[in-house]
Amino acid sequence: MALKDLFTKNQPKKKKYATIHTENAKTDVPEGIMTKCPSCKKIMYTKELVKNAKVCLHCGFHFQMNASERIDSFLDEGSFGEINEAMTSRNPLNFPDYLEKLEKDRQKSMLNEAVVTGMGTVNGHKVVLAIMDASFRMGSMGSVVGEKITRAIEQADELSIPFIIFTASGGARMQEGALSLMQMAKTSVALKRFSNNGGLFISIMTHPTTGGVSASFASLGDFNFAEPGALIAFAGRRVIEQSIREELPEDFQTAEFLLKHGQLDAIISRTELVEKIANLLEIHQPGGELEW
Amino acid sequence: MVGELEFERPIVELRRKIAEIKEFTETADVDLSSEIKKLEARLEKLEQDIYENIKPWDRVQIARLPNRPTTLDYISYLFDGFFECHGDRTFADDEAIVGGVAKFNGLPVTVIGHQRGKDTKENIRRNFGMPHPEGYRKALRLMKQADKFNRPIICFIDTKGAYPGKAAEERGQSEAIARNLFEMAGLRVPVICIVIGEGGSGGALALGVGNHIFMLENSTYSVISPEGAAAILWKDASLAKNAAETMKITAPDLKELGVIDDIIPEIKGGAHRDIKRQAEEIEKVLKESLQQLLNLTEDELIADRYNRFRDIGEYTILKDYIGVN
Ligand SMILES: [Zn+2]
Repeated sequence: MALKDLFTKNQPKKKKYATIHTENAKTDVPEGIMTKCPSCKKIMYTKELVKNAKVCLHCGFHFQMNASERIDSFLDEGSFGEINEAMTSRNPLNFPDYLEKLEKDRQKSMLNEAVVTGMGTVNGHKVVLAIMDASFRMGSMGSVVGEKITRAIEQADELSIPFIIFTASGGARMQEGALSLMQMAKTSVALKRFSNNGGLFISIMTHPTTGGVSASFASLGDFNFAEPGALIAFAGRRVIEQSIREELPEDFQTAEFLLKHGQLDAIISRTELVEKIANLLEIHQPGGELEW
Repeated sequence: MVGELEFERPIVELRRKIAEIKEFTETADVDLSSEIKKLEARLEKLEQDIYENIKPWDRVQIARLPNRPTTLDYISYLFDGFFECHGDRTFADDEAIVGGVAKFNGLPVTVIGHQRGKDTKENIRRNFGMPHPEGYRKALRLMKQADKFNRPIICFIDTKGAYPGKAAEERGQSEAIARNLFEMAGLRVPVICIVIGEGGSGGALALGVGNHIFMLENSTYSVISPEGAAAILWKDASLAKNAAETMKITAPDLKELGVIDDIIPEIKGGAHRDIKRQAEEIEKVLKESLQQLLNLTEDELIADRYNRFRDIGEYTILKDYIGVN
C-alpha cells in the first residue's frame, strides 16, 4: 500500500495550513497572522484558532496538532513530565538513507521520534499519555515508537493509572522491515497484560490513523474515540479502488464512517475533549460508591 | 515441469541432458557410463551451489508458486481426524482462513491457517487467501475454544495480506487484526506458528502471536510486499528484486533479527517437490516445540509469549540527552 495515498483523502488542498507545525507555528502565532480554514475557506486570527484548540471558529474543522500543542491543550498546565525522551532509532536493516531521513525529520519537527510519552494530569486525574506526531516520518511505527508506547503501558500498569493515547500514523515504518511489524504485536501483548490487571485504556484516533497502528493499539481501547473528520483506515483508499473497481462513498474511512459502522464509541470534538475524558476518568476512579 | 523457476534453469538443463544421454545409451551400443557419472557429479554440485544459495527474490518466487503446499495439504499429512469448523458466528464464513480440531500424534489440537486456492475457481472462493474481518474472527473463536478445552493451537501462516476492500473496512479489518494480536497474548495454551508461504504484514501477524514462530526455509515474512516497498521507496515496482533483499524478508534474515525462533529446512528445490517429506520435517519441529511448551504452566505460557515479543526491536538510549539540537 502506498503510504502517501493515505494522506490524500480528507486532506485539505492547501496542505500547508493543515499542519501548522513548528516552523509555521512559530512565525504565525505571536504576530497574530491570519489563517485560512481549508474546509470553509474563512480567514481567522491564528491566535484565536490556537486558543480554540486549533478547531476552526466557523465550521469546526480540526487542524492537525503536533505533540506539544496536544500536551498544552489536553493536560493541566505544567503537569506533563516526559519519559524515555532520549530513546532514538537505529538502522537495523542498514536501510539506505534511513539515518539521514531521521535526522532531517528531527530538525524539521524538533522531535526525537514519532511519539512523545509521559505522565500528567487531566482535570487533576493522573494519566500516562502517549502522543503520536505525524510530522516525524508520518508518525510511522518503528522500534522506538513501539518500545516507547510499550514502556508507557507498562508504567501505567505499574502505577495502576489510566493510559491514554492520541494516535496519528501512516502505519508501519518500512525502513525497519519486520521489526516494525512486530511492534504491533509487542504493544498489543502489553495492552493485554494491562487490561488483565484492570487497567483503563482510552484510544483517541486523530488524523490520520492508518495501517499497522490502526490494526493494533489504536483499535484496542476500552474506549475508542476519534476526532471529527479524521482519516482512519487499514488499507489505503487507492489500493482499495484498484482492487474493487467501484466508487467509494465520500465519507469512506473517516471517523464518521467508522462510527456509522460500529467501530467507535464516539466522535469527540476537541473543544469538548478535556471535559469528556475527565468525566470518564472520574467514572473509573476506584472506590465509587452508592450514596444513600 | 510445473514450478520450474528461472534460477534453477541450469539444473533443469543439465538434468535433461543426462536423461537424453541415458536414453541414447539404451538404444545405441556405446558405453557412456563414465560420462554419465561425471555429469551426475556435476549436477549434484550444481544443485548444491544453487539450492544452498537461493537469493531472496528467488525465495519469493518459490513462496508464491501455485503448487506450493497449502495449509490443508499439510493438515492432511500431519493430523488425524481433522474436523473443519466454519463461520465467525456473527457475519459469515471466510474461506480464506480454515480452522478446526484434530489430533497430532494422539494429542488433541486446534489447527488454523490461511488458505489459498489451487486454481482460479478455488482462489475466487478463498479470495486468494486474503482474509476479511470475519476470517480473523473465526480464527479467534476457534482459539478461544482451544483455550477452553486446553488444546494447543497450531497456526499456519500463508497470505499476501489482509484483503484491502470496501467491505473489509466497513466491518473493521483493523479491529479484527488488532483483537487477534491482543487476545492471542492471553491464551493459556501453547501457540505455535509456522510461516509456510508468504507472510504478508498485519494479515499474517493476526495468526502470528505464538510462543514459537517458525518459517519454512523458502517462505517470506514482511511488513509490505517487495513490489509495494519498491513502489513507495523508489517509485518503481520493477525494483521489487532489490526490495526483497533490502527489506530482509527471508527466513535466515528474520532468524538473525530475532523475529522467528527457527527455520524448518525445505526439500531441495522447495516444499512442492515432495509434500510428504516436507510434512515430516514440520512434524519433527512441531513435536519438539510441543514437548517444550507442554511443560509450562498457563502463567508461564503467557509470560513466555509476552517476553518473546517484548524483546523485539532495536534502539539506542542517548546519554546526556537534552533535546533535539
Ligand atoms: Zn472552517
